[in-house]
Amino acid sequence: MRTYLDFEKPIADLEAKLEEMKKLAEQSKMDVSEAVHSLQSRIEGLRKEIFSNLTRWQRVQLSRHPDRPYTLDYIEQMCEQFIELHGDRTVADDKAMVGGFCEMDGQTVMIIGQQKGRNTKQRQMRNFGMPNPEGYRKALRMMKLAEKFNKPIVTLIDTPGAFPGLEAEERGQGEAIARNLKEMFMLKVPVICIVIGEGASGGALGIAIGDRVLMLENTWYSVISPESCSSILWRSWNYKEQAAEALRLTAKDMLGNGLVDGIIAEPLGGAHNDYKTAAQTVKKTILSALAELQKLTPEARIDQRIEKFSGMGVFEDQ
Amino acid sequence: MSWFKRKSPGISTPTEMKREAPDGLWYQCPACKHIMHTREHKLSAYTCSACNYHEKIGSDAYFSILFDDNQFTELDSNLRSADPLQFTDTKKYPARVRATIQKTGLNDAVRVAHGRMDGVELTIACMDFNFIGGSMGSVVGEKIARGITHSLQHKIPFLMISRSGGARMMEAGFSLMQMAKTSAKLALLSEAKIPYISLLTDPTTGGVTASYAMLGDFNISEPGALIGFAGPRVIRETIGKDLPKGFQSAEFVLAHGFLDFIVDRKDLKDKLTSLLRMLQ
Repeated sequence: MRTYLDFEKPIADLEAKLEEMKKLAEQSKMDVSEAVHSLQSRIEGLRKEIFSNLTRWQRVQLSRHPDRPYTLDYIEQMCEQFIELHGDRTVADDKAMVGGFCEMDGQTVMIIGQQKGRNTKQRQMRNFGMPNPEGYRKALRMMKLAEKFNKPIVTLIDTPGAFPGLEAEERGQGEAIARNLKEMFMLKVPVICIVIGEGASGGALGIAIGDRVLMLENTWYSVISPESCSSILWRSWNYKEQAAEALRLTAKDMLGNGLVDGIIAEPLGGAHNDYKTAAQTVKKTILSALAELQKLTPEARIDQRIEKFSGMGVFEDQ
Repeated sequence: MSWFKRKSPGISTPTEMKREAPDGLWYQCPACKHIMHTREHKLSAYTCSACNYHEKIGSDAYFSILFDDNQFTELDSNLRSADPLQFTDTKKYPARVRATIQKTGLNDAVRVAHGRMDGVELTIACMDFNFIGGSMGSVVGEKIARGITHSLQHKIPFLMISRSGGARMMEAGFSLMQMAKTSAKLALLSEAKIPYISLLTDPTTGGVTASYAMLGDFNISEPGALIGFAGPRVIRETIGKDLPKGFQSAEFVLAHGFLDFIVDRKDLKDKLTSLLRMLQ
C-alpha cells in the first residue's frame, strides 16, 4: 500500500479511479486504453501542479514520508560495495548512526549518515534516527579513519534531532556534537554533506560541516522543528504550519540565505516515488563535487570551509 | 495563645508603604532568603554569605570581577540584530529586539572585551541572559568569532562565559550556523595553541552547550549551575519520568567527566590567573 499525504488526496483519488478502470476493463474485455491514457496524463498534470506549489509545511511532511529512502537505501542504490563499520570504541554502537567504506564508481568513499527505521521494531532499534553521543563519536571515529587513509567523506543527514534522553546527557550529548563541529573543520579530505530528509538543529549539524552542504528538494534544515518552535513561541503545538513558514527551513530558503551550497532535484512526487532516480541524481552530484574538490589542496579546502561558515550571519554594524 | 489581639479588623497598609529602607539597599538570597547588604553582596562576587548561592549576573558584573580595576576595551559593541527572515511570532522580531535593547541597555546577548586580569592580558566574551534568554543569533556568533580572532591576532588567551538557553529561534538557520562559525574559529585558536577557557554558568543549554561552551581546553563552572544539551522539561517529556535530583547540575556534569573543575566565584579571578600563568 502506498501512503498518501493529505495534500496528495486528489492524486490518490484519481489513482484509485485508474485502478478501478483497469480492473473493469480486464473483466469486461473492453478496450479502455484511451480513457486510461487520458486519466494517466491527468494524474501527471495534477501531480505536477501540486508539487510545483508546495508549502513549507508540505515539504516537511514529504521529508518525513514513511516510504522515503533512508541512508542505507541510498548506500544500496549508489554503491557497488559497502563495508559497514560499527562502534565508537568507548561505550556502544549507535544504530541511529550508520557508516562505513563504500565503493562508488570505483572510488573508495567513507559514507556516514543517520538511519531511521521502516517499521515499529526497526524504528525502536534505530531510535527514530536520533543519535546518542555514541553516534556522533562513532561518526567522528569513522571520519578520522577516512582522513588517515586519505578517502573522501560523504555524510547523509536525516534526523529529527539528537536524542534528548537521560543517558545522552550523562554521556555528554553537547560535548559530542561540539567536538564534531570543531574536528570536521580540520579534516584534510573532501567532505560532502547532503540533507536527505530531516535536518533538525545540532543533531543534524553534528555531521554537516563540509566543503559542500547540499539539500534534496523536499527536505528541511533549521535550528528547531516546526512543532517544537510552535510549542515554545506560541505555547501550543497547533501552529506548526506557521512555524514552518517563519523558520524558512526549505532547501530553497536555505540556499537563498546562503546557508547551504545547492539543491538536488528529486523525481516528481518526491524521492520515495523513485528510489533509483533519486539515488542516481545524488550519486552524480557527489561524484562531480568530489572531482572539483579533489583539485584543491587540503589546506585550500580547509581554508574555504572555514571561510564559508565564518561568513554566515546577518547583522547591523553601525 | 497570641500575645496581642487585633482590635480593629482589616488594617491594610500597602506593602510599598511598609518599607523603611530605600529600594536596592538590601539583597535577599532567592535560595535561602538570607538578607545581605547589596555592597556586601557585590564584594562577595554576588554570592550569598549564608548558603553560597551564586546569583545570576551579567557581563557588567563579570567584567568588574575579572578585569583589573574594571578597566577594559570593549569590542564590536555596536553590532545589532537584523531581521533576515522577517520573523514574526506573537511579536515582530525587530520590535522584540528594540524593546529588549531599551529594557536592558544592552545591544545583544554577548559583550566582548579585552584587558588585563592580574596583569595577564586576555579577551573575555560574556553572555547576558536577560537579553532574550541569552539566545545565540548572528550577532552573538559574530561577536564571539571576532573576539576569538582578536585573541588569535594578539596571541592572548580567550575566556568565554556562557549563560544561554541556546540558539535564537527568530534567526532560525542563521542561528544554527553560528554554532559552526564559532567552532571554526575555536579550531583555529586551538591550532595556534592559545589557551581557551570556557566557563559555563547557570544555565547553559542547547546549541551553546553543543558548540563553543563545551570546546574549552578547560571547561569549568560555578556551583549549582544547570548545564545540559536538552532542557530538563524536554528530557522529562521524552522519558516520561521525573529527573533524578541534581541531574544536569555542574556537580553532575563534573562527575560525568565533562568539566575540569567547579570554582567558587569569589576565587574565580585567582584561580584563572594561576592557571593561565602556568601555561605561559
